[in-house]
Amino acid sequence: MLAVESLTKTFGKSAAVAGLTVSIPRGQFVGVIGRSGAGKSTFLRMLNRLAEPSAGRIVWDGVDVTALSGVKLRDWRRRCAMIFQQFNLIGRLDVLDNVLMGRLTHTPLWRSAAKMWSREDRAIALAALDQMDIAQLATQRADQLSGGQQQRVAICRALVQEPEIVLADEPVASLDPRNSKIVMDALLRINRSFGLTVLCNLHSLDLARTYCDRLVGMAAGRLVFDGAPEALTDEVARELYGLEAGEVMDAGHAPVPAAAALPAVA
Amino acid sequence: MTQTLAVPPDHQIDPLLRAYAQSVAARRRTIAFGAVLLLAAVALSWIGAEIDLATFWTKLGNFTSYFDRLLQLDTGARVWTDPVYWFWGLRRWSLQLLQTVLIAYVGTATGATLGVIGGVLTSRNLVRSAALRFLVLRVLEFCRTVPDIVFALIFVVAFGIGALPGVLAIALHTTGTLGKLFGEVIENIDMKPVEGVAGTGGSWLAQVRFGVMPQVLSNIASYTLLRFEINVRGAAVIGIVGAGGIGQELIVAIRKFYYSDVSAILLMLLVCVMLLDAGSERLRHRLLAMETGR
Ligand SMILES: Nc1ncnc2c1ncn2[C@@H]1O[C@H](COP(=O)(O)OP(=O)(O)O)[C@@H](O)[C@H]1O
Ligand SMILES: [Mg+2]
Repeated sequence: MLAVESLTKTFGKSAAVAGLTVSIPRGQFVGVIGRSGAGKSTFLRMLNRLAEPSAGRIVWDGVDVTALSGVKLRDWRRRCAMIFQQFNLIGRLDVLDNVLMGRLTHTPLWRSAAKMWSREDRAIALAALDQMDIAQLATQRADQLSGGQQQRVAICRALVQEPEIVLADEPVASLDPRNSKIVMDALLRINRSFGLTVLCNLHSLDLARTYCDRLVGMAAGRLVFDGAPEALTDEVARELYGLEAGEVMDAGHAPVPAAAALPAVA
Repeated sequence: MTQTLAVPPDHQIDPLLRAYAQSVAARRRTIAFGAVLLLAAVALSWIGAEIDLATFWTKLGNFTSYFDRLLQLDTGARVWTDPVYWFWGLRRWSLQLLQTVLIAYVGTATGATLGVIGGVLTSRNLVRSAALRFLVLRVLEFCRTVPDIVFALIFVVAFGIGALPGVLAIALHTTGTLGKLFGEVIENIDMKPVEGVAGTGGSWLAQVRFGVMPQVLSNIASYTLLRFEINVRGAAVIGIVGAGGIGQELIVAIRKFYYSDVSAILLMLLVCVMLLDAGSERLRHRLLAMETGR
């Protein structure tokens, strides 16, 4: 179980995350929602310690993650994989090498630095790529792939870390609807088939409602909603998103212009 | 033709035109003022450095006559009438030229390696300790500011005449110059891949190896090649103080007034540098092409 206790992050005077307390049982698919600037990214980045908390604690199965450093911190990051909005791949390396970054903590540096990956590591990486249907891209340079392909490579990198939690910071915000679905399906699959806890920042409420077991709503760094997707009424959502509401809400909910009002495509 | 832009009446447009003319005039005045200052500074430094044009004119003759003698064999004939005699030391000079190139090569390679380490350690985005960055920056600055010939003089005293002081001198100076350049290249990289590697649990060294190096390698190679060209010339010059290579031979020839030897050695050096420049330029273009596509 992941227990977050009064987690706070301040930048100068303003708090990006202010006393957030939430606990997440293993195997849940949690969507973190809220308007931009609400502190979602900062929250996720603190969980795997890419950002240092200013106060509060993060506890995973009784271990205080916030106190870890050195090798233990790196092992925590290995167990708590991160997927980024901009994929954060190494553009000049090929896809397999990128996936193998997930094996860094399993490999001594003198081997990895020379790219002397073990047969086992390469097999694991290829298996992950195969699972995402992109094994044929293994030798391509990462910066030559489409966004959807890159994000799938990033998911493979996360998978070969053999993580217990997967954090995803707006994983589909740079993707078109078709690729968004592929990536979200992939996250759902690893959640369901491997029982991994998934925490996913989502801008689109529609996606959040479709995929998540539970939604956590943030506003100005605070927890303002915590419950099942069904419990999130349009009213609450409108409050959560403010001016951005129209943009994130399900297209089905939006008024559809009558056919007669549309100009005829003669 | 239809008028798409109506010009407003004079009383409206005049203030705008005037304001524009004024602002342009102000800028022109600033430039003119700067030019005057520059000229004054040049004149002052001319006087300060005691540069005397008269000396230049009266001694110009010596200069041209020296060139005249450079092109004369000790038989009195023009050098090109007997190339075999002119280049009597071809074998020996070629070996020394090769030594100069090797000194530059080893020095550049060593300096570039240390420069990468220095560049990484001075990059704000990779090293959090301001103290460490400050320290390494000052060391690089020192290496850069001291000319390689001064290093060479010191090392010749310390290690004796030969190639070793030359290599050390070039390596140190190159560490300084390349370290600064590499540091700037590294500070401008895209940090997303670095964060990607950090996120998997990669150590700091792994982040540098995989997040940073692939992005900067072609730039590093290109700057290093450029530095190698410069260092070949540098290695020839520092030979003059006894740091090995062709420079050592050149200074002997100059001191002993072996005029045709001087011109032969200079010519060989010139051709060698030109060949290396052309070669490394092509390599650098190839590297840049690799950068954009694959
Ligand atoms: N590195 C940073 N330095 C200063 N302020 C930051 C930094 N990162 C985030 N912030 C601020 O913290 C707040 C929360 O940002 P963020 O976590 O990115 O929100 P979200 O992901 O929900 O859009 C924003 O007001 C943002 O400006
Ligand atoms: Mg964000």
